[in-house]
Amino acid sequence: MASNILIQLTITGLAWGSVYACIALGFVLIFKATDIFNFAQPELMMLGAYLTFAFITVLKLPFIWAFLAALVLMALITALLEMLVVRPLVGEPVLSVIMVTLGLANVIRGMTGLVWGYEEYQFPAPFPKDPLTIFGVAINQAEIYTIVATVILLVGFFLFFKYSQSGISMRATAEDTSAAFLMGINVKGVFTASWVIASLVATVAGVFMASLTYLDPIMSHTGLKALPALILGGLDSVHGAILGGLIIGVAENLAGFYLADYLGSGINEITAYVLVLIIMMIRPYGLFGTKEIERV
Amino acid sequence: MAVTRFTTRSYPQDLRIFPSPAARISLVLLGALLLTFPLFMGTYGVFVACICGVSIISALGLNLLTGCTGLMSMGHAAFMGIGAYTAAILAARTGLPLIATLPLAGLAAALAGLIVGVPALRLKGLYLIVTTLAFQFIVEHVIYHWESLTQSDKGIALPSPDLFGFPLNSYQSYYYVILALAVAAAVFTKNLLMSRTGRAFVAIRDRDIAAEIIGIHMAKYKIMSFAISSFMAGVAGALYAYLLHLISPDHFTFNQSILYIAMIIVGGMGTVLGSILGAVFMVLLPEAINAVSGPLVSAYPDLAPRIGGLSVMVYGLIIIFFLLFEPLGLFGIWIRIKRYWKTWPYTY
Repeated sequence: MASNILIQLTITGLAWGSVYACIALGFVLIFKATDIFNFAQPELMMLGAYLTFAFITVLKLPFIWAFLAALVLMALITALLEMLVVRPLVGEPVLSVIMVTLGLANVIRGMTGLVWGYEEYQFPAPFPKDPLTIFGVAINQAEIYTIVATVILLVGFFLFFKYSQSGISMRATAEDTSAAFLMGINVKGVFTASWVIASLVATVAGVFMASLTYLDPIMSHTGLKALPALILGGLDSVHGAILGGLIIGVAENLAGFYLADYLGSGINEITAYVLVLIIMMIRPYGLFGTKEIERV
Repeated sequence: MAVTRFTTRSYPQDLRIFPSPAARISLVLLGALLLTFPLFMGTYGVFVACICGVSIISALGLNLLTGCTGLMSMGHAAFMGIGAYTAAILAARTGLPLIATLPLAGLAAALAGLIVGVPALRLKGLYLIVTTLAFQFIVEHVIYHWESLTQSDKGIALPSPDLFGFPLNSYQSYYYVILALAVAAAVFTKNLLMSRTGRAFVAIRDRDIAAEIIGIHMAKYKIMSFAISSFMAGVAGALYAYLLHLISPDHFTFNQSILYIAMIIVGGMGTVLGSILGAVFMVLLPEAINAVSGPLVSAYPDLAPRIGGLSVMVYGLIIIFFLLFEPLGLFGIWIRIKRYWKTWPYTY
């Protein structure tokens, strides 16, 4: 029976880890292409989930159409934000740029609070409610869908970056912005595209996170755990972000069950942060990040 | 972001804290205003002024770390929380007086600052930010869950403070303690920035590797910056605890940390005057927002549970606005006004 619990916890952890990985992926995308660290990523995730929810409940759209409508709207919103708020600050000190995204995060969080309030909503997820039993292990179906969808998404991204024209130009911009500019790549377009793609990934993550729990503004706080995931993997590494997300998802679920007796309940809420503190002391550039060589 | 100086001054003049007679006169006037402030303001006005003072001390600390040394911290509220809880536990359990709990609170926070500062030696930029973020959440969690020590969300009630047997049981009398400490903190920071240490901080911010090459002991100064900054945060937290009489974990959350970052952006990074202006501005802002949201809620009662979002949104908008249009903050506006009058009527 003990192994059943372990498997169950691991699967739940993997599902949450996939959500973290999706958010972290958004961070990495923007960071690699534009050197900007977007602190509003968890808020974008929350906004995506709320928009989907609004399309379902207010316009009575079926889930899949509501989801697509939310994706389109999110793409428009972030493209606009990128052009109006973030682009004027490209090339400014890291601090200013981070602060601006922090400001953006506050604006989105405040707006969601004003429009939808602070109560929990049951998210009308399309996944079957009854758990699936495989070999005596009961598994929430939403978790399986989350894991599968994330895998498909990540493979899609991998192919996009590896083979498509836009993917290659995005990688080129990430590598060396001015060289990419000289080669005739539309760098501004790439900047906007990276924000748009990141917001789409965030929306997917948001919908899954809302399906796993509830829809409420605390989501953005939970989404912040993608940061430790990201740092754990190394800031500039895509597979690091994914692996970091999975590690944190599994670790916090296991810690929440096995360590709660010793360290008090709620230990799962900070497992991610404790883990990242420890890793930072051992490897200051993350597990897979490149060690930067600085010149004066 | 250098501010051009039109006057030419000798080094001794430049090293003076208050360079011109006009500055000294206006300072005396300001001092008189601050000293008589409780006489003509109501209790609420004095309470808000006390919060301004606490925020100024804390913002000075953060500005020293972030604005001057270039180490960004998202855990400033956590340091304040450590200071506040140290003071509260000591005052409530052992009955130590204010004069003892304040420095102890500062030392406890400084110790925590040392612990965070050590990994910060190897970390930079985003890695450091996330580490301080982790620290913030861990402290929040510990305060909330270590019930035997902190009483969790029930909070700890503090006795009324007294100074050398003189009871400070009204906001009016406590105001003077905060005023004195805020002035001391401002003068200390201003002096520090003009000293060798302060210039070492700025050198580390501008180019840390170059600073190390010209002989600045990086580890020493980075840790010193963390320790001084968190000491000030700790003292501010303790003052805040005495001011409120009851502290609970939600006074020292992640959002609070962002509020302090907003203060130094709005005020002006790396300047003493900026920290003061920013702190006062961000403390008075909720009062202004309340003036708007109060009537709004009475007109639309449905809005009541959601109106909290308004202030969060306004904070965000203000951060964005200042960064895009006034990167030097209120300090920059102040400098422009000053220059305009200095050169008037020959503005060009």
